[in-house]
Amino acid sequence: MAVGIVSYGAYVPRARVGLAALAGGARREGGPERAVAWHDEDCVTMAVAAGGNCLRGFDRESLDGLFFASTTHPYQEKQSAALIAAALDLRRDVRTLDVSGTLRAGCDALRAALDAVAAGTARRVLVVASDCRLGAPGSALERNFGDGAAALLVGGENTVAELRGHYAFADEIVNVWRGGGERFVHAWEERFVLQEGTAPGIAEAVRGLLQKLGAGQGAQVRAGSAQGVAGGADPAQGDAGGFDPAQSDAALRVALAAPDARSHAQAARKLGAAAESLVDPLFGRLGNAGAAFAPLLLVSALERAAPGERILLAGYGDGGCAMGFEVTELAAKLEARRGVDWHLERRRAADYQRYRRARELEIPEYEAGASPGLSATVHFRERDSDIGFKAQKCRACGALQFPPQRVCESCFAKDDFELRRISDRTGRLVTWTLDYFYPTPEPPTAVGVVDIEGARVHMQLVNLAAEDLRSGLPLDFHFRCMHRVGGRPNYYWKAAPAGE
Amino acid sequence: MKKDALRDKVAVVGVGCCRFGENWGQSAADMIVDAAYEAYADAGIESPQRQVDAVFTGSIYSNKGPHECSDALKLFGKPVTMVSNYCATGTDAFRCAALSIAAGLHDTVLVVGYDKPKDRGVAGPSVMMDRVRDLPQTPAGWFALCASTYFEKFGAGREDLAKIAVKNHHNGTLAPNSFLKREISIADALNARMISWPFGLYDCAAQTDGAAAAILTRSDLAPQFRDDFVLLKGAVVIAGPNPQKDPGNDFLSWKPTGWAAKEVYEQAGISDPMRQIDVAQLHDCFTLTELLSYEDLGFIEKGAAKEHIAAGSFELKGDLPVNTDGGLKAFGHPTGATGVRMIYENVLQLQGRAGARQVPAAEFALSHNIGGHPTACGIAILGRR
Repeated sequence: MAVGIVSYGAYVPRARVGLAALAGGARREGGPERAVAWHDEDCVTMAVAAGGNCLRGFDRESLDGLFFASTTHPYQEKQSAALIAAALDLRRDVRTLDVSGTLRAGCDALRAALDAVAAGTARRVLVVASDCRLGAPGSALERNFGDGAAALLVGGENTVAELRGHYAFADEIVNVWRGGGERFVHAWEERFVLQEGTAPGIAEAVRGLLQKLGAGQGAQVRAGSAQGVAGGADPAQGDAGGFDPAQSDAALRVALAAPDARSHAQAARKLGAAAESLVDPLFGRLGNAGAAFAPLLLVSALERAAPGERILLAGYGDGGCAMGFEVTELAAKLEARRGVDWHLERRRAADYQRYRRARELEIPEYEAGASPGLSATVHFRERDSDIGFKAQKCRACGALQFPPQRVCESCFAKDDFELRRISDRTGRLVTWTLDYFYPTPEPPTAVGVVDIEGARVHMQLVNLAAEDLRSGLPLDFHFRCMHRVGGRPNYYWKAAPAGE
Repeated sequence: MKKDALRDKVAVVGVGCCRFGENWGQSAADMIVDAAYEAYADAGIESPQRQVDAVFTGSIYSNKGPHECSDALKLFGKPVTMVSNYCATGTDAFRCAALSIAAGLHDTVLVVGYDKPKDRGVAGPSVMMDRVRDLPQTPAGWFALCASTYFEKFGAGREDLAKIAVKNHHNGTLAPNSFLKREISIADALNARMISWPFGLYDCAAQTDGAAAAILTRSDLAPQFRDDFVLLKGAVVIAGPNPQKDPGNDFLSWKPTGWAAKEVYEQAGISDPMRQIDVAQLHDCFTLTELLSYEDLGFIEKGAAKEHIAAGSFELKGDLPVNTDGGLKAFGHPTGATGVRMIYENVLQLQGRAGARQVPAAEFALSHNIGGHPTACGIAILGRR
């Protein structure tokens, strides 16, 4: 059975911090930068955004699974995927899975989804990978990392890209790691990481894929030999489904999720990939997005792929992973997605001090964990409204109202409602203020009353400047972390200018 | 249903009010004793344990229940009721006391409104983070929600709000027990740091500690206490929807005020409030709240506030002086005390005891509280005997 990608989407936070500022210098407009998850964002909020973008125009009821990959899950014990499924209003019997612990997690989740669909145990699975890793302030890793999320809808029908093969291997190496309870990622000496980890790992994964693909045509590739690929000298690989970078024609796109520009260049060289075949790894714009990096590059490749083109994707992490896709005729027909390009075009320069506050790199006067925070029982009772962002429609008078309540605000009917998801609707700003008093890393807080098809919701407004505020402004909705009182992330929705 | 069932049944025969401010050295009980004993003296009560039949008290910061008040005053063996209704608490406690007298249950009742917010260690209201929805939950943010809509429709702006702050600061300098006794200029108000647009610091009431008290009795018994007693003409507290989720809200007025005004005018027999009411204490938690209340109380047409502010209609020498003691803005706003402090000021005005801020020959005085998001409005109308 042919399986592949049915839809895709991405999310990249708007805030960008200049790499020069992170290195202790002044920010230069137009210089290299990285994407930064802001104080109200984390891997879960970015995943909900990417997932929503991917599912735009698709029936959410049709999803059998949600596989979520990250190395920065907000909880060590408590599933991110179940939370994301609730925010995306997926079916109650959706199969949720968290993948974690490795930079390969995004590729692993994608492979698991492709396998599940191929095996017939699921018709459609949403794969989301999202990461917001922290490098120690002032470190090279801090400048290298970038935050973002990618979502891929995997299915067996109506694919925009069909899977041609995948391969992965596991390896034991201590080169990049973060221990339990630690905030910052560590790395061993840079040259060790490069020479024994990333570049050979990517090359080995691609080689393994080519061997699998070529096997059908009698290709013989020796395992453990990087040299055979690097020179592109082995004519036996020429028929590896058209995925050999060394034999590349104009129809092959090579997406290498190597963690930095140097290892990316070295991996490309080892594979003999022509410069024009390489998918831009977005260093200096987005940054190394961890477990989301390879899926983000796949989304980026899909955005610009023409039918008939092939995409070779390879990523690294405790071993390596490679996949080959062929783009179908449907790719040209898929409604434009909010993917990598869409998000990279929408940026906001953030200064260094605000970045430090937003990422809680400053020592606060009071620890957020000092208060017991949000009541778990209140959260439990209100999760349909606060996480699922569902209003209720009165069956008696048809009025939509938020939050769900027992007696209708309009006709006073009792207990006669059905829940309606409003997270994917468009609202309209009724009135607003700018609150300078409310404690936040970046005052003032824009807040307004939003009319959503008759329901009125008092909520915070993001992605706009004071001069953008006007009554009637169309708004859409974004899942965000409201605060971390109690030492836990406490999520709800905010509104932002629609279509922007 | 008799709309005038309360009218002239209840008299106010004594009032008291402690100095409002940052009363670092006083407990809630200390302030309650100050206010209540001043009211006892004002009513000529020498043995409150014998002469007071019941107590109605109101506070929103206290979590000690009615006992805090009864223990401070050593009023035991009689009913003590604690009322809590956001910023309308004081007016609601006063109303409940009046109802108990009108019902014939009690003869003489003590009302005490108080609050002690300055023991919390923060300036301004507490920041509530126990939920995720409806944040920020700041009063300035709630009450500012009528600004963009009102300004757009009626062309008013921050300068009009500033004139209200300047007026109330001026009036505050004339009240002995007020917190702020400092004149400010329009420029001071406009240039102050922003709290929640369009409210700068001077658009916001001064949160203080304080307590105020009143002695109410059956009007036929009032002459036993003093000759110039004041009569209750009407008192209402009305609940409204949360304006933030009320589907029909146009954010040009706060609905409960309009509803409460209609009700209380019927009770008191008022048909032309601008002409018939001589002095008013309005809930100026923020300058815009006072502006909207001019209109929502029917003093003037909706949208006419800007021209009336320019004409000085609500200044001390205007047609209808508003917040003669400085209001919440300058006298101070200990939440539960505020409604009772307004009764105190209106009684002094009606009795000609308001000193430098006296409104000449006042016959009817109105006090108004608005509470919650806002979700409640309380109004009381007093008249000269």
